[in-house]
Amino acid sequence: MATLRSSRVLARGVALPASSYRERGQWRMAFERFLEHRLAVAGIVVLALLALLSAFAPLLSPYNPEKTNLLLIFESPSPSHPMGTDSLGRDLATRILYGGRVSLSVGVLAIAVAITLGTLIGGIAGFYGRWIDAVLMRVVDMMLSFPRLFLLILFGVFFKGMTLGVIVIVLGLLSWMPTSRLVRATFLSLKNRDFVEAARSIGARNRDIIARHILPNSLAPIIVAATLGVAGAIITESTLSFLGLGIQPPTPSWGNMLKDATSEMNQAPWTAIFPGLFIFLAVVSINFIGDGLRDALDPRHVTKRI
Amino acid sequence: MTTYVLRRLIQAVPLLLGITVVSFAILKAIPGGPMAAYEGNPNITDADIRRLEHALGLDQPVHIQYLSWLTAFLTGDWGYSYSSHRAVLTEIMERFPKTVYLMGTVYVVTLLVAIPIGILTAVRQYSWFDHIVTGTTFAFLSTPTFWLGLLLIIVFGLQLRLLPLGGMATLGTDFDILDRVRHLILPVATLSLVGIGRYVRFLRASMLETLTQDYLRTARAKGLGERIVVARHALKNASIPLVTVAALDLPELFVGALVTEQIFGWPGMGRLYWDAATRSDYPVIMGFLAVAASLIILANLAADVFYAYLDPRIRYA
Repeated sequence: MATLRSSRVLARGVALPASSYRERGQWRMAFERFLEHRLAVAGIVVLALLALLSAFAPLLSPYNPEKTNLLLIFESPSPSHPMGTDSLGRDLATRILYGGRVSLSVGVLAIAVAITLGTLIGGIAGFYGRWIDAVLMRVVDMMLSFPRLFLLILFGVFFKGMTLGVIVIVLGLLSWMPTSRLVRATFLSLKNRDFVEAARSIGARNRDIIARHILPNSLAPIIVAATLGVAGAIITESTLSFLGLGIQPPTPSWGNMLKDATSEMNQAPWTAIFPGLFIFLAVVSINFIGDGLRDALDPRHVTKRI
Repeated sequence: MTTYVLRRLIQAVPLLLGITVVSFAILKAIPGGPMAAYEGNPNITDADIRRLEHALGLDQPVHIQYLSWLTAFLTGDWGYSYSSHRAVLTEIMERFPKTVYLMGTVYVVTLLVAIPIGILTAVRQYSWFDHIVTGTTFAFLSTPTFWLGLLLIIVFGLQLRLLPLGGMATLGTDFDILDRVRHLILPVATLSLVGIGRYVRFLRASMLETLTQDYLRTARAKGLGERIVVARHALKNASIPLVTVAALDLPELFVGALVTEQIFGWPGMGRLYWDAATRSDYPVIMGFLAVAASLIILANLAADVFYAYLDPRIRYA
């Protein structure tokens, strides 16, 4: 392992003919490092499986996730209902698959919004500096001083429970700050470097300097933060839905299924176990992927295997 | 240092003002509002509602309402709860000890368990103990707190019937220390397990970094026992990031853990906020948010100050 690393470092030190070749090499090497992190690869497999199962839920399940059947209330797990049925006789496994659509897409979309906003704001602050930077960073400070869950609850009350689109936007609006700090820091450290000066001297416009020369350098930390952010967003969405302020029934989400379960835990503990298990599976997979990406993208980072 | 702290405190003022303005604006934008409870009640006419609104100052322009709230708040008059009609400060002071009781226990348990485990995993890196601990902490960090709470209730409350399902004490009984402790176990376990995971990971990482440093080799070379080297020399430096994290967690002692309080029926600050938010109880919400935000800002400052105090290499200009 150690020798492998050092030989790579050596290979990077050797002058290579074309710069484009070196750049590809960097991502390739990161990819190879990622594959070495076995748990991260397992995370990708599990997550892909969860996503596919949710996406193809209508093909996989003979049941309707929202249709109630009063003759089948609280059936314990059996071959025809592998995870049992809930208080309205609906197949739990089916609802979990459909719920996965909501929970997984909220996680990914909310972080997409957050990363876009954070990159934009952090980029502007870092590149232009001066008063723009000062004002934007005070806004970041302010947003970070808000107790987040308490604000989300107000929004939940405001919208009387949220639809998928609203949750995505609200979570995105409350999660962009760390990204913006990250991006700002890279911009600050890179904007006066020689290669940026060189680009400017050959007449590159600000837009091109940002998009082609500075931003690619902050990509690695953004990718890691985004991955871990998705895990956080899934937990936040499920918490909100659990409180009854997120996705509203009968549409299933992992969080609101657990809310229903609280009143039935004595009779039907499976209704409280399975939806949470899927949140856990999704979040743990994403965290492993994030861990693997951090090791892969930042070789200086101490490898801490589990 | 003093000037640094002063400057940060002065900077906190516009920050807090901004936070209260935004909170107020959000509250005012919420449809329904405190009068929604009366609408549709045949005994209360529109004229009554308007009179009530006038009495509460709700008919004035928003910025006037904000300014009058702010001046009153600064003079210690935090208003009265719309639903219980008691002073906001009284409401908060009544819930505060109950949350400190829960969260304080969580805080102490978390640190007492996490510190020795964190040290051991780092000292015995890659041992079976380290693998088990790292795996477990990773799992707990990926578990939603509320689900963990539900699982504990199912196992220890409903199936094994060992522990009560919620509340602070058995209703209608005199103070009984054993009863209190039994009620404390499940919520504390729920919150601590997740917290321990976080602290162990932090401490392990910083211990591993410290353990490779030259001054520890020097300490060993001059004949100090491994125990002293780790516990006294390494731990001191390794705990610097831990202190920062612990300081940043301090506001939770006040604001509580809303979801856990909800699951276990704990009558603390989280429940107070939840009830206020779902009933549009503006004065309580505003008082709560203002205190919570101030504490977060103060905790941030405290973390920075501790950091500089513990690590003389850090200097704030």
